[in-house]
Amino acid sequence: MTMARRSPVNEAGVRQWLLTETPASPRQAQLGRFYASWLEFRGNPTAMIGLGIIAVLLLTALFAPLLATHSPTAQVLVDRLQPPSAEHWLGTDELGRDIYSRIVHGSRITLYIIGIVAVIVGPVGLAVGTIAGYMGGWVDKVLMRITDIFLAFPRLILALAFVAALGPGIENAVIAIAITVWPPYARMARAETLTIRQADYIAAVRIQGASSARIVGRHVVPMCMSSLIVRLTLDMAGIILTAAGLGFLGLGAQPPLPEWGAMISSGRQYLLEQWWVATMPGLAIFTVSLGFNLLGDGLRDVLDPRRGGA
Amino acid sequence: MPFKPFLLFAGTLFLTFLGLVFVTFMIGRVVPIDPVLAAVGDRAPADVYEQTRIEMGLHLPLWQQFFIYVRDVLSGDFGKSVLTAQPVLVDILRVFPATLELATVAVLIGLVVGIPSGVVAAVYHGRWPDHLVRFFGLVGYSMPVFWLGLLGLLLFYAKLDWVPGPGRLDIFYEDLVPAVTGVILIDAALAGDWEVWGNALSHLILPASILGYYSLAYISRMTRSLMLEQLSQEYVTTARAKGLSETRVIWVHALGNTAVPLITVVALSYATLLEGSVLTETVFAWPGLGLYITNSLLNADMNAVLGGTIVVGVVFIGLNLLSDVLYRTLDPRART
Repeated sequence: MTMARRSPVNEAGVRQWLLTETPASPRQAQLGRFYASWLEFRGNPTAMIGLGIIAVLLLTALFAPLLATHSPTAQVLVDRLQPPSAEHWLGTDELGRDIYSRIVHGSRITLYIIGIVAVIVGPVGLAVGTIAGYMGGWVDKVLMRITDIFLAFPRLILALAFVAALGPGIENAVIAIAITVWPPYARMARAETLTIRQADYIAAVRIQGASSARIVGRHVVPMCMSSLIVRLTLDMAGIILTAAGLGFLGLGAQPPLPEWGAMISSGRQYLLEQWWVATMPGLAIFTVSLGFNLLGDGLRDVLDPRRGGA
Repeated sequence: MPFKPFLLFAGTLFLTFLGLVFVTFMIGRVVPIDPVLAAVGDRAPADVYEQTRIEMGLHLPLWQQFFIYVRDVLSGDFGKSVLTAQPVLVDILRVFPATLELATVAVLIGLVVGIPSGVVAAVYHGRWPDHLVRFFGLVGYSMPVFWLGLLGLLLFYAKLDWVPGPGRLDIFYEDLVPAVTGVILIDAALAGDWEVWGNALSHLILPASILGYYSLAYISRMTRSLMLEQLSQEYVTTARAKGLSETRVIWVHALGNTAVPLITVVALSYATLLEGSVLTETVFAWPGLGLYITNSLLNADMNAVLGGTIVVGVVFIGLNLLSDVLYRTLDPRART
């Protein structure tokens, strides 16, 4: 793909170039569609709040060492269980660590978890779903039967059992979550593939002699991406909550890592006297998953017009 | 149900069950704990170790071990718990009623609040009651249940002293009524001991409300979208044109037509609650299946963990399929 035309310099020109009814290149059409979606998305205030929360999360994770006022792991036992103050904005925990700094650094762990889960789940779900949908026949039957079996399992319990087998730790928690999250993606990708494979352009590519692998990889998978992204965004909240739950049970990230769920768990025994130790990290989990839920709802309205408007 | 769909249904059920057992079997295989060592201790001489290994069937090829495992599970034999030295099944039967009690009351709360709020949201579509209900639901979806439980304890137990603390009963009420069903509310009612009943209810109300909030969020969201669909149908206009009161049109005609899909929604949310109780039970020291599984986990008691996983899985699969069957039997359009 080549840039057919230099973008005009002034803003009105850019806008016009983006929204033109007669795009001169595939890239212009693509960018134009993206821009139109963005305009619609921007009109949705709750979705914008969600986007704002996620942006703050990303920036926090990126600049964690700059934003933190203290070290997330340094123990100052003289200062243990201090209430929120000018020195410790959100108080200190049972080892005298600054809770605000731990939450800030914990955002990296949260991002790490959801990032890896997305990187595993997306491709696995897409591969299983598109192959099943495109090949059909017994391949489809076998793959979908496996998917259905996994779909019928209770997620959290299965994740617990996997972590029990693999041993506690952040990597194993991520794997356990990924194993329980992928089936709906496979189902979704299969459903989309079933409609796409009937399309004329697929027939055209096939006549040109493209192999099945090429058709699935280059022509089917890209068409499934937008619903995959929406679904992932909506699932992020659930993934964060599951990861925090595993951390809370002591099966996720291990001390001294400032994982939010594990922080709540360690603050639990001080709940009645030093309430801030357990409640502050929960506020962070709540805010971030609320952000993903708002963003996901907004994206769904924009990208999936069938369910929009509600 | 006609014969052929029934066969297909039974086949699906069996395959799913087999898949579940296969997964737990594989988990049991990759566990870094040596089951022989756990049984004989690490000071056992080599010949004792070898003999036990053969007795436990671990020298057989994997597929044979799997076969034996499936047979054992089907006959309800999940092995012995290391922690309680009792068969896992006995343990599970002891703790399951507590979870059942919690989840049932939670789903009732979800129903009683969720359906009316969903209906109201649909009727006032796009206006403030709708936004309020949606916001309330979204908050529910975004909150970690264990955190909400801790906040609840902090507020209603520590600060306001409205509810008693964790556990199912105050200590001096324990073992006062004979355990018939294991569900204390029923047992106390059967024994006619209303003091115990009241105490059990006061212990139950906070964890059940918190768990119920999650099913409420789901039920009200589904009710809302089902009602929106119904209210745009022509029969609603007809009913209004006939001069029926708006109350009757909404609560009898439209809501009545959402009943069938709502039943599946409720069955599904019941299934997720049984599972979601794991974290709630940990927070409230509620001696149910969830607490049993997590305790066993932390003590590396694999038989108990896998047994619990299978039981929750079977209930989960059962409720999923039940909702499917109910839908098909109750909705004439889904019958073929």
